[in-house]
Amino acid sequence: MYVAVKGGERAIDAAHAWLAEERRGDQAVPELSVPQIREQLKLAVNRVMAEGSLYDPDLAALAIKQARGDLIEAVFLIRAYRTTLPRLGGSVPVDTGAMACIRRISATFKDAPGGQVLGPTFDYTHRLLDFALLAEAAPATPSAPAEGSATAPAVVPHITEFLNRDGLIETQPVSDAPAPDLTRTPMELPASRALRLQALTRGDEGFVLGMAYSTQRGYGRTHAFVGELRIGMVAVELAIPELGFAVEIGEIELSECETVNQFTGSKTEPAQFTRGYGLVFGQSERKAISMSLMDRALRWRELGEDDSGAPAQNEEFVLMHADNIQATGFLEHIKLPHYVDFQSELELVRRLRRAALAGAGGQDHA
Amino acid sequence: MQRSHDPAAGAPTERQAWMGLLARAPSARLAALMPADLPQARLLRGPEVGAVMVRGRIGGTGAPFNLGEMTVTRCTLQLASGEVGHAHVQGRGLAHAQHAALVDALLQGPRAEAIRSAVLAPLAAEEAAQRLARADRAAATKVEFFTLVRGEDQ
Repeated sequence: MYVAVKGGERAIDAAHAWLAEERRGDQAVPELSVPQIREQLKLAVNRVMAEGSLYDPDLAALAIKQARGDLIEAVFLIRAYRTTLPRLGGSVPVDTGAMACIRRISATFKDAPGGQVLGPTFDYTHRLLDFALLAEAAPATPSAPAEGSATAPAVVPHITEFLNRDGLIETQPVSDAPAPDLTRTPMELPASRALRLQALTRGDEGFVLGMAYSTQRGYGRTHAFVGELRIGMVAVELAIPELGFAVEIGEIELSECETVNQFTGSKTEPAQFTRGYGLVFGQSERKAISMSLMDRALRWRELGEDDSGAPAQNEEFVLMHADNIQATGFLEHIKLPHYVDFQSELELVRRLRRAALAGAGGQDHA
Repeated sequence: MQRSHDPAAGAPTERQAWMGLLARAPSARLAALMPADLPQARLLRGPEVGAVMVRGRIGGTGAPFNLGEMTVTRCTLQLASGEVGHAHVQGRGLAHAQHAALVDALLQGPRAEAIRSAVLAPLAAEEAAQRLARADRAAATKVEFFTLVRGEDQ
């Protein structure tokens, strides 16, 4: 228990003033603008949008600036802002098959129709610090002349469709059942797959990554291949009741991962490949892959697999600890005044020590 | 890029197409293209900022799930001549939503042809060029794999 305390206003004001100065840093260094953060720290912006569960690059960049680069603090700011917005509706489910892909790779099919498109990736970089970026006014790299195909962006089919034709992979039951929303109704367990995906896509990237990694190391086996990873822009459509039809309200960038998992069959299902799915705001492929591994690991019950007792198979463990704002809230509350709690514990420890010392003393004299 | 319209609904109507184009347009560009002699319009709703829950589908094609929200600004207005214009646009652009709603209203009236060529045509051309450039850029990173001969075919 913590108690309200009064006083300290002057100290708090001084602390906030200092925080503002620290945020600005050395005045001799030019101030960072929000558009600079949005454009040049785009992957941080993407992470804040994904975990803040609100797609708005300007606001995410502002939050990063305000939070001095503390991304969880920035996510907190976005989550808090989100609660002030009226909900205007829910979109038509996005069609990732119609994505304008800037990146699309498959680890299962080298000759995937539509080809392997690397896009702006860190893969194949040498992970050596580039000291050219350290130099003031680094020369702007001229944009590489495109390999002038000048063809209209083609719609690239999902790769798992090909396995589907042979019945080698589980089919995705099509439905338009309304999805549960954990921002409206507290999460209840056991959770549906739709609810798990919502929790995972807004979950902390580090947590979801760590859990996914644990499955690869043998704690809840998911022998996963990246069937397909794609990144690109997708149109968002909203049905407007007063118009009686749906209109496109904008475009968002998404990362989508479909893993293909070996499955030797169970009591209820024949041997075939199964799927894990990840879909995340922005360019966040590490998160998308992690999410699809976790999606697959948590499906053990419906696939009739054994519970090996691994943390990654424990829905309660994964879903209740994935949210970094919930975690931060509870973790950091212990720095609030707990003077009364602590006072009583102090009394207790003193009493126990007195009793123990008295007892020990008594024995010595016996 | 292809649109994901309900197959039952068929191709998007003309109005759906222009509303989408206006929503996707960069706010500053739309502002710059707005005609100088704009008629008076009465605001019926907004412009106001809210959130729309974006949905995905499990496995890309299965049941819907909630992916996260996006900021959206909406505006409805009416011209003195009676046409009602409507806009829902991504982001927190009050001016963007108001401009889009105004253009939507004008496109339903006698000035439709002029507005089409002054506003819609350049926006559509610029968007198409930008998409093409991006697609070309991606195409330049397409991998041509070849498998080394391992002597298995002999």
